[in-house]
Amino acid sequence: MSGELYEVISAVGETIIGNRQMLTDLDAAIGDGDHGINMARGFEAVKAKLQTLETESDIGKVLKTVGMTLISSVGGAAGPLYGTAFLRAAVPSQGKTELDVETIGLMLEAAIAGIKERGKATTGEKTMLDALVPAYEAFQDGAKTGKSVIECLELACEAAQQGVEFTKTIIATKGRASYLGERSRGHQDPGATSSYIMLKALLEHLRRQ
Amino acid sequence: MKKVINVPEQVVEEMLQGMVLAHSQYVKRVDGFEVLVRAKKPGAGKVALVSGGGSGHEPSHAGFVGRGMLDGAVAGAVFTSPTPDQVYEAVKAVDNGKGVLLIIKNYSGDVMNFEMAIEMANADGITVDKVIVNDDVAVENSTWTIGRRGIAGTVLVHKIAGAKAEAGAELEEVKRIADKVIHNVRSMGMALDSCTVPAAGKPSFVLEENEIEIGMGIHGEPGTHREVLRTADEITDHLVDKILADMPLAVGQEVAVLINGLGATPLMELYIVNRKVAALLKEKGLHIAKTYVGNYMTSLEMAGFSISILKLDSELKELLLAPADTPALVQF
Ligand SMILES: Nc1ncnc2c1ncn2[C@@H]1O[C@H](COP(=O)(O)OP(=O)(O)O)[C@@H](O)[C@H]1O
Ligand SMILES: [Mg+2]
Repeated sequence: MSGELYEVISAVGETIIGNRQMLTDLDAAIGDGDHGINMARGFEAVKAKLQTLETESDIGKVLKTVGMTLISSVGGAAGPLYGTAFLRAAVPSQGKTELDVETIGLMLEAAIAGIKERGKATTGEKTMLDALVPAYEAFQDGAKTGKSVIECLELACEAAQQGVEFTKTIIATKGRASYLGERSRGHQDPGATSSYIMLKALLEHLRRQ
Repeated sequence: MKKVINVPEQVVEEMLQGMVLAHSQYVKRVDGFEVLVRAKKPGAGKVALVSGGGSGHEPSHAGFVGRGMLDGAVAGAVFTSPTPDQVYEAVKAVDNGKGVLLIIKNYSGDVMNFEMAIEMANADGITVDKVIVNDDVAVENSTWTIGRRGIAGTVLVHKIAGAKAEAGAELEEVKRIADKVIHNVRSMGMALDSCTVPAAGKPSFVLEENEIEIGMGIHGEPGTHREVLRTADEITDHLVDKILADMPLAVGQEVAVLINGLGATPLMELYIVNRKVAALLKEKGLHIAKTYVGNYMTSLEMAGFSISILKLDSELKELLLAPADTPALVQF
């Protein structure tokens, strides 16, 4: 696997592992307090798996492995959802060794479609989609006006962050937090937060390049 | 955190090893997976039942693997749904060619992971169907939420569907019976005190010295509300009221009762609760055909209990009273 690809995924993984406690605390408030634990376990598994892919340069193949690894190590709601997202993102990136704006847009689109299919949720239900869908839309707006990958990702991150803030204002109708009904309002969704920090980790890594 | 463990990462693995050693006449490990199946696979011609979920609910679910109940159980990380590959292994291990029924508690994560396992098994040509248990009346069941949670009533589904499968029924029939139990069972719980997930290292929630939470979920999900501790009779009265408000029962109706401890509740207290439940049901002209009191669906060391009431008809009653021989439930 090319050094850069390895580093991007490591950077995203390390961010999740580093935010294990924060994500877990958010989930303790409206769920069952395991989101950070689950995601960190998943990315620890990804880290171990990446070692075996050192010579792989096909981004799609690597993302597929990441997806499969998450599915078999995360569990809970986030495992199938993020796992499916990575598997789907692997399709438009198959055979690619570098990513352009158009491909990343297709990857985000495919990932979101996968999450929607698996979880039968839509935006406004206080889930990861409330970060990812606005992020995708902002990314595409940037793409349409000819912005660079980093510029588009900046827009996406900003939108994802606003999406995370938005989750505080709504009640959950999907996932474990939906059992709380009205009592879920005022709390930030852990899954939307993990989506945002993954996007942000990606952006920050690319900025450093 | 004060626990009799070695390292948080190993609790499920080490528990499974200990279970197999303790109950080798009942269960064995599917090598390399967090899956326990019956020590002796039943002969062909029996629909297989698999359940599972996060760990921390022992004896659920592996404790109910054995004759008259489950064929296999999948153990996820503590309070976290098992992953699809694990469920898929369980399905492959127990399949007898007559189909496999998955008994799933209604949580988004459990449903998604088990559904992915069904897709994997279907691709292999194994017939797999599922039922989803949603007995907890504490949480709303409206069309815009994902519905109710599955809690202790799940054990009654294992018992009754297990008896049906043991009797040689087809998959469709076993599923019908399981759904019938689900349709007729209601539960509600309460917590006196929290529990600590080993990997989290601190309590999932905090209750004040004199505070209890009504409607608490078995993973520490918040319930309907918190209130000041009352007497066992008053709390029981409230829970039974909630259950019967949701499932009105006619005078003369036969029921089964499950008083379930959440892990740190002395049997003494569960019996005190049961005494009141029996009195309340009698007052309402209901007949209790079978009572279970004990730790069936725990929540680590959470203090508290749940009450489940199952409305019986002759079919359900016969299957409920049928024999079972498992590590956690033996019935002649
Ligand atoms: N149906 C769904 N669609 C999209 N996202 C969901 C859905 N259900 C749950 N989520 C996301 O998953 C997060 C919870 O993940 P996690 O705590 O790991 O799983 P679990 O709820 O099984 O404990 C939520 O914060 C939410 O963003
Ligand atoms: Mg959770």
